[in-house]
Amino acid sequence: MNRIQQQLSAKNKILSIYFTVGFTKLNDTKSLIEELARNKVDVIEIGLPFSDPLADGPTIQSSSMQALQNGMTTTLLFEQLKDIRNTVDIPLIIMGYFNPMLQFGIENFLKACRQTGIDGLIIPDLPLEIYLSDYKKLFDSYGIQMIFLITPQTSEERIRLIDDNSNAFIYMVSSAGVTGSKDQFEENQLQFFERIARMNLKNQQLIGFGISNKITFQQAIKYQKGAIIGSSFIQFISKNKISDIKNFINNIL
Amino acid sequence: MKTTYNVNEKGFYGEFGGAFVPEMLYPNVEALRQQYLTISNEPSFQDEFKALLRDYVGRPTPLYYAKRLSEQFGAKIYLKREDLCHTGAHKINNTIGQILLAKRLGKTRIIAETGAGQHGVATATVCALMGLQCIVYMGAVDIQRQAPNVARMKMLGAEVRAAVSGSKTLKDATNEAIRDWISNPEDTFYIIGSVVGPHPYPDMVARFQSVISAEIQQQLLEKESRQNPDYVIACVGGGSNAAGAFYHFLEEEKVKLIAVEAAGKGIYSGESAATSALGKMGIIHGSKTLLMQTQDGQITEPYSISAGLDYPGIGPLHAHLFQTRRAEFIAVTDKEAMQAGIALAQTEGIIPAIETAHAFAVLEQKKFRPEDIVVINLSGRGDKDLNTYTNYFDL
Repeated sequence: MNRIQQQLSAKNKILSIYFTVGFTKLNDTKSLIEELARNKVDVIEIGLPFSDPLADGPTIQSSSMQALQNGMTTTLLFEQLKDIRNTVDIPLIIMGYFNPMLQFGIENFLKACRQTGIDGLIIPDLPLEIYLSDYKKLFDSYGIQMIFLITPQTSEERIRLIDDNSNAFIYMVSSAGVTGSKDQFEENQLQFFERIARMNLKNQQLIGFGISNKITFQQAIKYQKGAIIGSSFIQFISKNKISDIKNFINNIL
Repeated sequence: MKTTYNVNEKGFYGEFGGAFVPEMLYPNVEALRQQYLTISNEPSFQDEFKALLRDYVGRPTPLYYAKRLSEQFGAKIYLKREDLCHTGAHKINNTIGQILLAKRLGKTRIIAETGAGQHGVATATVCALMGLQCIVYMGAVDIQRQAPNVARMKMLGAEVRAAVSGSKTLKDATNEAIRDWISNPEDTFYIIGSVVGPHPYPDMVARFQSVISAEIQQQLLEKESRQNPDYVIACVGGGSNAAGAFYHFLEEEKVKLIAVEAAGKGIYSGESAATSALGKMGIIHGSKTLLMQTQDGQITEPYSISAGLDYPGIGPLHAHLFQTRRAEFIAVTDKEAMQAGIALAQTEGIIPAIETAHAFAVLEQKKFRPEDIVVINLSGRGDKDLNTYTNYFDL
């Protein structure tokens, strides 16, 4: 079992937090990760900013813009993460768009992930088919897990194919839409959660897009192993200090 | 047909193209990929498409022998008059095709992106014609500089939504349209206006625009007793008018293809949209293509005086034509384009769109032989740009 699988099987519920590196300050990355890990966060998604984040709503768009203006780059991220495994042992995942990785060089990127102790990647605009034909071997050779998204529109056949080709978790997009916060989930979303839960997939699932508070988190873990919070955490951190993160987490758990 | 330059079965032009879309868009893009050829090849589709192009758009558009221009530049110069299409540009060829597809796919809500507003107007027009809801995303900067087209879209019943992220131009309008599509996957059809975006869009749009080169061949045969010209010249933003004008000549290697990009204030001025000169391979709007970007892979803000060429990428077909040297790429500055625009107005009595004026600026740069047949795709008329022209020349 890899570190992600170990963590998901060891815990009965998983809270994953996404943040954009370089936001609000360029060099907050390490202290943000350490503070999240200290406060019962189980998996961290490190968001690599991109100029044109197609799958993201206004909150992550503007945090990405700010991060880029602050001077965030792929090279700098890996420098910041250099010693992260001395202090943090929970799974760390990089979420980013494909173009910056392509320019860094996919093999270089995977090598840097392995050296810094990154466990997996979420790349919304790298489709399953191209991953399988062009990149899977390379990912496997560096031991980096690829994490795929599914949505309420994803066919059962495709979900099975994604399950067969995953060794971490499946990222469930709660509804058709870009990232952003919601107060609570609607009936058709809960039906989607239930439908996926009944598929008995090999991989655990985490729900993302729309998780913002205790209600949505509880709704999510009723059906799935856990949930991912992004936009709502970005909003919090834009107004609060890193040392206040415990307040945010206490409001969720 | 040979596919040296055209799309292959996997949606790639050489190493460019493909469909790099988030999973949220996969079902829609895949459904379109599976059905676009079948549906658009059905006789009932072809009949309806051709009838609308003839009776509604006003096709075939003339291939006009520009006598005074020919004398001035010492070649036989023909102008393909796409500016005479209903709504004033070639864009409507594609929107007619896509709206017929959308209807057959049972979609009820149409979204589009627009730069100069020509594609927005063409989309709003066909939505009115078919009684479908229409939402057009347009950069806030472009809404300012292309006000007449905004008014036209509104009059046609479309809702114009301002894109306020990034440089507030075509790239950002496209981002917003894609986000809308992600949020409305069931009822919405996205009518892309250029040969950009994920496969099958570049091929689908090129096919709908290919009527331009099909007509050129037929018209040249009548006028010059030959099908193929020596040169075809067209401007390229995303590249839909160029794709249409080049399409039937792609495999005719003797026909020289010239793609004209916007150099803005100069290719290396930092304010340019000359993608072939400044771009590297990357992913934009679901397609692997040449793209203006930083070393770190962030897409950079392009600049051109013409909103329709103000785009940091080019369609994957054009990236392939550039890489294989099948087409020659020439970059033209704002100044050269504006001067070519006013020169065309005063030589031939035709006011071109500023986008189109870029193609005419090539006449000053290329040497032709007197017997050369040169076809310039006159992709759009300049009514929308009168403000920019009058301010620029202080008319």
